[in-house]
Amino acid sequence: MKNALSGTLALLTGIVSFSSLADSGSSVDQYQLNLRQGVTEISGQVYDLHMLMFIICVVIAVLVFGVMFYSMVFHRKSRGAKPANFHESVKVEILWTVIPFIILIVMAFPAAKTLIAMEDTSAPDVTVLVTGSQWKWHYKYMENDVEYFSTLATQQEQIRNKFDKGENYLLEVDRPLVIPTGKKVRFLVTSDDVIHSWWVPDFAVKKDANPGFINEAWTKVDVPGIYRGQCAELCGKDHGFMPIVVVAKEPAEYTQWISEQESIQLAAKAEEQRLLALNMSMDELMSSGEQVYLRACAACHMPNGQGLPGVFPALAGSEMALNDMQGHIDVVVNGKTGTAMQAFAKQLTMSEIAAVVTYERNAWGNNTGEMVQAKDINAFMKGQ
Amino acid sequence: MSTAAEELHHDDHHHHAPSGIKRWLYTTNHKDIGTLYLWFAFIMFLVGGAMAMVIRAELFQPGLQIVEPNFFNQMTTVHGLIMVFGAVMPAFTGLANWLVPMMIGAPDMALPRMNNWSFWILPGAFTILLASLFMEGGGPAFGWTFYAPLSTTYSNDTTALFVFSVHIMGISSIMGAINVIVTIFNMRAPGMTWMKMPLFVWTWLITAFLLIAVMPVLAGAVTMVLTDKFFGTSFFDAAGGGDPVMFQHIFWFFGHPEVYIMILPAFGIISAIIPTFSRKKLFGYASMVYATTSIALLSFIVWAHHMFTTGMPVAAELFFMFATMLISVPTGVKVFNWVATMWRGSLSFEVPMLFALAFIVLFTIGGLSGLMLAIVPVDFQYHDTYFVVAHFHYVLVTGAIFSIMAAVYYWLPKWTGKMFDITLAKWHFWCSLISVNVLFFPMHFVGLAGMPRRIPDYALQFADFNQWISIGGFAFGLSQLIFLALLIKACRKQGEPVTDQVWEGAEGLEWELPSPAPYHTFETPPVIK
Repeated sequence: MKNALSGTLALLTGIVSFSSLADSGSSVDQYQLNLRQGVTEISGQVYDLHMLMFIICVVIAVLVFGVMFYSMVFHRKSRGAKPANFHESVKVEILWTVIPFIILIVMAFPAAKTLIAMEDTSAPDVTVLVTGSQWKWHYKYMENDVEYFSTLATQQEQIRNKFDKGENYLLEVDRPLVIPTGKKVRFLVTSDDVIHSWWVPDFAVKKDANPGFINEAWTKVDVPGIYRGQCAELCGKDHGFMPIVVVAKEPAEYTQWISEQESIQLAAKAEEQRLLALNMSMDELMSSGEQVYLRACAACHMPNGQGLPGVFPALAGSEMALNDMQGHIDVVVNGKTGTAMQAFAKQLTMSEIAAVVTYERNAWGNNTGEMVQAKDINAFMKGQ
Repeated sequence: MSTAAEELHHDDHHHHAPSGIKRWLYTTNHKDIGTLYLWFAFIMFLVGGAMAMVIRAELFQPGLQIVEPNFFNQMTTVHGLIMVFGAVMPAFTGLANWLVPMMIGAPDMALPRMNNWSFWILPGAFTILLASLFMEGGGPAFGWTFYAPLSTTYSNDTTALFVFSVHIMGISSIMGAINVIVTIFNMRAPGMTWMKMPLFVWTWLITAFLLIAVMPVLAGAVTMVLTDKFFGTSFFDAAGGGDPVMFQHIFWFFGHPEVYIMILPAFGIISAIIPTFSRKKLFGYASMVYATTSIALLSFIVWAHHMFTTGMPVAAELFFMFATMLISVPTGVKVFNWVATMWRGSLSFEVPMLFALAFIVLFTIGGLSGLMLAIVPVDFQYHDTYFVVAHFHYVLVTGAIFSIMAAVYYWLPKWTGKMFDITLAKWHFWCSLISVNVLFFPMHFVGLAGMPRRIPDYALQFADFNQWISIGGFAFGLSQLIFLALLIKACRKQGEPVTDQVWEGAEGLEWELPSPAPYHTFETPPVIK
C-alpha cells in the first residue's frame, strides 16, 4: 500500500512538474511548479503529505466539476432539457456530509503524525541560537564560542539594475550558517526587534522569531550542500532582503570549521584590545567608517545620510551628529528604545563604532572635524 | 399594490424631496443608500486595484525599478485594507440595502437615519487612510494585518490615522449590521417565516451577527496598537510584560470570522442565481441554512490556523488543524447543493449565471487550497508564500468579487428597468475570467517554489512566472474598465426595457415589483403564498 502510494506520488510529480526528478536539489528551475522535496526525512514526509492532499483535492475537484460540466452540457435549455422537480434528498445529503468527514479523518492521521515528529526538539546534538533583527540574522552556537551576523551579500548595484544579476541573486549572504550533516540540529529562534520568520524550504523548517520569546525547531540534514531560504514574515522596509543560507558539512569538516572559527573569534577579541591603544588617522577612520556605515547604517539612514522623512531620521545636518558627541556615541552603542535604532555594541567592534561615528560627524557636509577613537568608545562603555 | 406613478405622486405630496447632491446626502431611502454603497465600493475597487497595478508593475521583473521598498509595503498594506473594508464589505452592504427590504416585503430598512450615517462616515474613513499616504513618512506599511510590534514601536506616526480610519470603518459596519438584523427580525411581511426567507437574507442575517461579534474585537486591537505606540502601554511588548503573539490571537479572532463575513453573502447570491437559470428550485434549502450557521459558528474556533508558525504548543496546533478541516464539510455541502440544483435542470447561460458558474469552480479551487493550508506540517511550507496569496485571492476575487458582479448583473435590470449592454457584459466576463486565472493561478507555483509574499524584489528563479502574473494583473485591471463603461450606460437608463420578472425562472418578492423598482416599495405588506 505504502509503496503503491509513493509510486503514484512519484508518477504524479513527474507529470505535475516539468523538472526532471534527478536534479531536485540546489539548482534553480525557472518553471518549478511544485513543492521542493527537500533534504531531510521530515521534508520528505511533508512533501508526501502535500502530494496526498493535492491528489485528494484534484480527485474531489474532478468529480464535482465533472458532474457540473455534465449538467452544463446535457441539461441545457437550448437542448430542450425540461427541469426536474426534486429539491431535497435526506439520503444524499447525509451521504455527502459523511463521506467528506471520513476523507478528513484519513488526512488527519498522517498529518498529526508528521506534526508531532516535527515539534519534537528533544535530544539535539548541536544547538544554534538564531536571532533576527532588521534586516539580518545572527547565529550563536550554544556549545562553542562562535557567533556572527549573516547579511545579504548581493550588491546594491544588482538590485538597482546597474550590474547584471548573479545566479543566487538575493539568496546569498556574507557568512552562512554552517551545520553538520547526520546530526540533530536544534534552532532556538528569537528576535531583537519585530517578528521575523526563519525559513529554509529544503528542511521544511519555518519558525517565527518573536521578540522576547524563544521558539524551537530542528532539522537533521542528510545531504551535504548549500541550502537557501528567506525571511518569511513581513519585517519592515527590507523584508525582501534578508536571506538565509545554510551550509551542511560532513561532521568531521564541521568540527574542523567550528574550532577554526573559535580561534579566529578569540584572535579578533585580542586584536580589538590591541587596537584600543592605537590612534587612527582621519583618512583611515573615514574610509573604514564609510564601509561600516554602508553595511550597518545605510539601510535606514540611506547612503546619503538623508534618512527617510517621517520614518528614519536624517544624519546629515542633524543636531546630534553636529553638536552632541556623547549622545551620538550613546545612541550607536545602546540604540534608542521605542524606535527602530538598534544597539550596535554587540554588532560592531569598538574601532568600527569609532570609525562610523567619525564618518557620520564628517560626511555629507557634517564637517565637524572631530575624530572618535576606539579608546573613546571603550571609555564610554566602561563609564556606563 | 400601488403603481410606480402613484407612489411617486404620493412622495411629492408628503415630503420635499431634495434634489442634486442633497438628495444623496440626506437620503434615508434604502435604495438610494444601496446605490451609494455600491458606487463607493466600485470606486474603492478601482483605487485598490490601481495599487495592485503598482505592485504588479514593480514585480514585473526582478530588481527595484519603479517604487522603493517602503512605498511598496504601503501599497500592499493599503491595497488589502481598501479591498477588504472599502470594496467587498461596502458592496455587500449595498446589496443588502437594496435587496433585503424587497426580499422580505418591507418598505425600507428599520433604521433609515442610522443607515444614512453608516454610509456617510465611510468616505471620511477612507479619506483619512488615503491621505496618510501623502504625509511625511507615508501611510501604513505593516501589512493589512498590522502585526505588532511592526505596527507599534517600529511604525511611523501616521499609524494614528490608520487606527482612526479603522475605527470609523468598524462603526459603519456595526451600524449596518444592526440595521440588517433589526430589519429582518421586525419587518418581514406577514407569512414570511424564517424558513421561507431567501438565502441571501439568511446569509446576510448570519453575517450581520458575525460583524457585531468581531468588529469590536478589531476596534480593541487597533486601540491597543494606538496605546502601545503613543501612550506607553505594553500589550504587545515583551519588555513590559506583553506578548506580540497575543496581538495575532486578537487580530485573527476578528480576522477569521471576517473571512466568512466576506463570503457568506456570496453564498446567498449564488443560491439565488443558480436556481433561476437552472429553472429549478434550490436543492437542499434547509441544509444550506444549517451549513451557513455551522460555518459561522466554526469560524470562531479556527483563528489560529493563520498562526501555525508562531510557535504554538502541539496540542493547540492539532486542535486548530482539526477544527479548520471541519469547515470544509459544510462548505462542501453548499457546493454539492448548487451542483445538485443544476442537475437535470434546464440551464441557460445569461451573464449572471456565467459569473455564478465561474464562482463555483474558482471558489472551490480556493476552498481546496484552503484545505491544504489547514494541514499544519505542509502549512509550514506554504505559510506566508504566494501559495497563500493565490488561495485568498481565489476565494476573495473569484469568490466574493465575482459573486458581487454576478449580483449586480442579476439585479441591475430590476434597479434600472433596462437590460444592461449584454455584449459589453460578456466581454467583461470573458476578459475577467481568463485574466484572473493568468493572474492568480501561477501564484500557486511560485509559492510552492518558495517565493515569500510581501517582497518588492525576488530571486531570479521566480522571474518568468511573475511576468505572467503581472500581465494577467494588468489585463484583469483593464477588464474592469469595461464594467465601468457598462455601469455608466446602465445608470443613464440606456438599454431595452425589461419585464417585471426580468429573468425567466426568477422567483421571489423582488421580481413581483415593477421594473424599475419604484422609489418606495411594499408600503403595504405583500401577501406571501
